[in-house]
Amino acid sequence: MSSTDVAVKSRGMRPTDITDPDYFHKVVDCQWACPAHTPVPEYIRLIAQGRYTDAYMLNWESNVFPGILGRTCDRPCEPACRRGRLEDKPVAICRLKRVAADFRGDVSGLMPKIPKKKNGKCIALLGAGPASLTVARDLMPLGYTCVLFEKDPRGGGLMRTNIPSFRLPEKVINEEVDMILGMGVEARFGHEVTSLKAVLDEGFDGVFVGTGAPRGKDLEIPGREEAARNIHIGIDWLTSIAFEHVKKIGKRVVVIGGGNTAMDCCRSAIRLGGKDVRVTVRSPRADMKASDWEIEDAEREGIPIFDNHQPSEFIVENGKLAGVKFARMSAEYDKDGRRKLIPTGEEVVFECDDVLMAIGQDNAFPWIERDIGLEFGEWEMPIVDKTTMMSTRPGVFFGGDAGWGPENIIWAVAHGHQAAISIDLHCSGQSLTASRPAPGTSLVSQKMGMHEWSYANDYSEDSRVAVPHVATKKSLKNLKVEVELGYDVELALEEAERCLNCDVQTVFVRNLCIECDACVDICPVDCINFTANGEEQELRQSLRVPAANAEQDLYISDQLKTGRIMAKDEDLCLHCGLCAERCPTGAWDMQKFTYVERQANPVGQVNCMAYIS
Amino acid sequence: MTYMKKPNVRHPGLRKNDLGLTRRDYEGLVSTLCAGCGHDSISAAIIEACFELDLPAHRLAKLSGIGCSSKTPTYFLNRSHGFNSVHGRMPSIATGANLANRDLIYLGVSGDGDTASIGLGQFCHAMRRRVNMIYIVENNGTYGLTKGQFSATSDRVSKSKKGEANLFEAIDLCTLAIHLGAGFVARGFSGDKGHLVPLIKAAFRYNGFAFIDIVSPCVTFNDHEDSTKSYDYVRAHNEAMDRLDLVPEREEITAHTEEGQTTTVRMHDGSLMRLHKLDDNYDPCDSESALTTLRKRYAKGQVVTGLLHIDNTDADLHELLGTTKQPLNAVPMGDLCPGNAELAKINKSLR
Repeated sequence: MSSTDVAVKSRGMRPTDITDPDYFHKVVDCQWACPAHTPVPEYIRLIAQGRYTDAYMLNWESNVFPGILGRTCDRPCEPACRRGRLEDKPVAICRLKRVAADFRGDVSGLMPKIPKKKNGKCIALLGAGPASLTVARDLMPLGYTCVLFEKDPRGGGLMRTNIPSFRLPEKVINEEVDMILGMGVEARFGHEVTSLKAVLDEGFDGVFVGTGAPRGKDLEIPGREEAARNIHIGIDWLTSIAFEHVKKIGKRVVVIGGGNTAMDCCRSAIRLGGKDVRVTVRSPRADMKASDWEIEDAEREGIPIFDNHQPSEFIVENGKLAGVKFARMSAEYDKDGRRKLIPTGEEVVFECDDVLMAIGQDNAFPWIERDIGLEFGEWEMPIVDKTTMMSTRPGVFFGGDAGWGPENIIWAVAHGHQAAISIDLHCSGQSLTASRPAPGTSLVSQKMGMHEWSYANDYSEDSRVAVPHVATKKSLKNLKVEVELGYDVELALEEAERCLNCDVQTVFVRNLCIECDACVDICPVDCINFTANGEEQELRQSLRVPAANAEQDLYISDQLKTGRIMAKDEDLCLHCGLCAERCPTGAWDMQKFTYVERQANPVGQVNCMAYIS
Repeated sequence: MTYMKKPNVRHPGLRKNDLGLTRRDYEGLVSTLCAGCGHDSISAAIIEACFELDLPAHRLAKLSGIGCSSKTPTYFLNRSHGFNSVHGRMPSIATGANLANRDLIYLGVSGDGDTASIGLGQFCHAMRRRVNMIYIVENNGTYGLTKGQFSATSDRVSKSKKGEANLFEAIDLCTLAIHLGAGFVARGFSGDKGHLVPLIKAAFRYNGFAFIDIVSPCVTFNDHEDSTKSYDYVRAHNEAMDRLDLVPEREEITAHTEEGQTTTVRMHDGSLMRLHKLDDNYDPCDSESALTTLRKRYAKGQVVTGLLHIDNTDADLHELLGTTKQPLNAVPMGDLCPGNAELAKINKSLR
């Protein structure tokens, strides 16, 4: 080989290291995008097999609140779903999760055993929301004593107080919260913590702060004080409904704000007597923060959304709120795409009886003393390590909205798992970083025989199945009637078949390949290539269909006999297994990659593997 | 083979040709041949060539005989006409079809058994007559459908899968084609689509009998160590004589090519074919030179690939016979069947 040949050979991309757990994990887009890394394709297959209890428990191990999340999750998995890049709509992952919860059997016998003999360590959990409950769920089976402090009379945090019961029935919250409280958590309900120092003085071995972002933002514009009686902060108002302190509202209601809380407010208002309920947003509709499906649900109930409306004054007549004045805005974008809202000069007044303000939430820590070694950074937020969840004061941990500002339930769960690991390491005197447990992974061939795979590899051409709803007329009459009926068994099966099984990986063994091109020719989405190696950018352009999605990796083999390499663009692979079926030498195989996030309790990982098998 | 239908879903970024079609619009059913069969790669190369040439599939007729290779027209161009004929008789069907409708493009697909054994006579006469068609032989040197006996194109040095020696000399189809006056003679390898696709494209643009012998390994019966038609053997002994570029008529030629190394041939439809020669001593326009090269290289155990011979000057069957310029289905009935009085006149002239 001449020296130039050597130079040519060494040029280009290095072979992919598939033993790196992140490589195949990233191919499972939904699981990768899920903060708790729930094994999504795995539970969808279990649902398709009618194994609802196993599907539920697999979820429960990973995300703790499958019934709640199956109705309310912000579903970061769905925008990530590969199906959404092939056609319009991703798999309805969230609503399939609900199917597992709806059709499961009794799981009480599957709950972790709580040791009678405690390990002597006592942990304080502040706030009974999803983050704290997750920490308790992870630590109780290890023998910890957990003491839960909550200002409200019941557990669940914002899941109970801020999500209206027509989206999330109380029964579902009670079931899943009680599973955790039933492990023997010492709950002090109605106990508002007013001093962290006082809690620390009680001598806990660890303290976890999961108090959420409980302060709804206010709007200081003229008339605010005079009309205060009819202006309500959205999240507080929703909480009052949850605890049945509020049962009605005026006929004409203006909701200010464009996030999910605004959607919950307007839909609650229309159920509590509102006849003319309007949502107003200062930005253009396309920039609204609410999830598309929540906006759809509000509009289906006949609630109009007025965008580009910035409130400028609360109009007071005879000492009472009479309306809201808005300045009409217009969005302009500079060349960097930054938005500026410019008043058009036009003003409108919406007459109303009540205003619901849902313009965001803040964290507030007036109860944390600033001289206890716990440092605060920007925006008066505590400084918390992103991996360990520990604050600058050893032994005090944060998670959920309290740690990182308003997010959603699934993030709180993920933080809770990480905090529980840290608390366990902290209490046993180990390093919070070096000793963190690794994820459990396995890669197993799914071949059952000639052209037979352990999974349904055929591609379903069906469109996303819509979730049936209760008749709007009926649901608007009663706040407690759940709007979504959920999938029945048949619809769930149809939707489950749309999953591409992205965890069943295409594994390539270079030395078996005879370069016959059979896989290239059969691949329905042209993702396999045999080509000269090159630098990544150049290689991406030279493929059969250029690999334009830089977020998705190229799977690269070492050099083949002809000097070429195999380069597979993971972006749109259907995981249909046709490459492996057409391969004469078994150089391609379909192997299931299982990734189970390690939690504080190692038994959870073992359980997950059992539910899967 | 596979039991599952290839899903219709396709890559949204798939390129479209001038007809607005993607490569996948030229596909057929999923192959039922053995996984890894060279024939499937040839089907894919035909699909690619038709896609790149913007061929309207409904103007093409696929013809074949019997054998693994002759099954393959089912696996490509499912919007084209097709005729699966009796064993070895595809050339007759092609000749007849071509005489009846000269406007269609005729693609004959055959194998070494169908062409070099049972159909050898038919093959020879189609060439002699310069039928305007493309004739592809998917040559694997074995009778795969009957469990791997030697075929008439198995090299004498090649052994069967079980180690038996081949007693007879091979028929070299390219040599035969040049001898019998085929104006376009090429050899390709199913395992090298980069080289094969331009050959097929050039054959589509050639007016007259275009023959391509494609070495196509049989993964089941003829891909072992002592075979001369295995992936490994052909890759190790492949001698490409040239590299082809087909320049469509509408494109201007801008690139400079080295003197003496490139032959430019104007095709019937006005497009240009550029042949970059990789061997100085051989001239594809000179049949004697081509035959000598083939013989010498064969003696060394080499598999010569490329456009081996081209003669763009000779007339095709229709020109030779002076047939009507219209396909018969477009000739007015009165002209097609002029009646008894005309017939009587002709008969009288022959008495």
